[in-house]
Amino acid sequence: MVITVALDRSAEDARPWIEAARPTHPSLIDPSHVLAELYHVVNVPTVVWIDETGRIVRPNDNQFATDTFTAFHGKASAPYLDLIRAWVNEGKGALSADEVRRHQLLPSPEAQLARAERALAWRLHQRGRAEAAKRHFERAGELAPQDWTIRRGSMPIIGQNPFGPEFFELAKQGAPPAPMDEVTPTRIAPRAV
Amino acid sequence: MSTSFELIDEGALKALDATLEGERVFIPAAALERATGWSLKPEGLCRDAACVPVRDRAALVGAGGVNLAGFAAALGRPLALDVAEGVAALGTAAPDRGTALASLEAPDFSLPDLSGLRHSLSEHRGKKALLIAYASW
Repeated sequence: MVITVALDRSAEDARPWIEAARPTHPSLIDPSHVLAELYHVVNVPTVVWIDETGRIVRPNDNQFATDTFTAFHGKASAPYLDLIRAWVNEGKGALSADEVRRHQLLPSPEAQLARAERALAWRLHQRGRAEAAKRHFERAGELAPQDWTIRRGSMPIIGQNPFGPEFFELAKQGAPPAPMDEVTPTRIAPRAV
Repeated sequence: MSTSFELIDEGALKALDATLEGERVFIPAAALERATGWSLKPEGLCRDAACVPVRDRAALVGAGGVNLAGFAAALGRPLALDVAEGVAALGTAAPDRGTALASLEAPDFSLPDLSGLRHSLSEHRGKKALLIAYASW
């Protein structure tokens, strides 16, 4: 089964996408980044495979269901969708425990402090304290410069365009670390910046 | 003089009374225990059966209670603090998050859908789950 989680600032930001997709699976909203914290998600889309016993068998993998942005990120969707089908239908593609651990991204102390700063910023935003919130979103971004769920995800909240110049400036600094890129064969072109 | 203060403890928001001294925040030991489960005992900071020794008790405890920054430091947990706004967020220590992830047990969570109905991962045990984080940005 599929479970999707929108790391958006509100249900209203995610609603048009969910209503257009008309999913039959749970399609959840996570403005306070519960999932980002628990799974150390640093970019979207991020896919995790969990087996019938609740074990992670393919850790955080930045993969795509369409080719809309392939020219930008350089990854094709078709081979990944094939991998998913092979897992579901034939049980193929699950990694061994050692392989999963070898390709997991684990947080640094700075990354965890960044998440605490982001939680503080989010609370201040909810309380309508825009200026104070912005300071802490920015502090979180300084602590975790490669975490796009924090840096790009904060852009719409602090009045920046996540598809505009601030994002392209961020992208120039390099994409977030993605250890599963060496395992999942979807890259067909270098990333554009 | 005590003032109202908000503490976010691993995502859970708690309202409590605190005493501010410059950039330091003191929380009465009983209130801190209610909010976080940690209590101050002769052997250190304790929760359930686990105790963490406290090296410098004088730095941790003041007239207004437990120093929040000292509390976070004693537990090795990250703390984001805004004294002027009266809010702090206490996060999860990196080694704890790392250990949990390396156990390979998928962390459970409960989040709402568009209608506000909550769903948890553990409801779907017994099936393969493809967990996808995405965003409109």
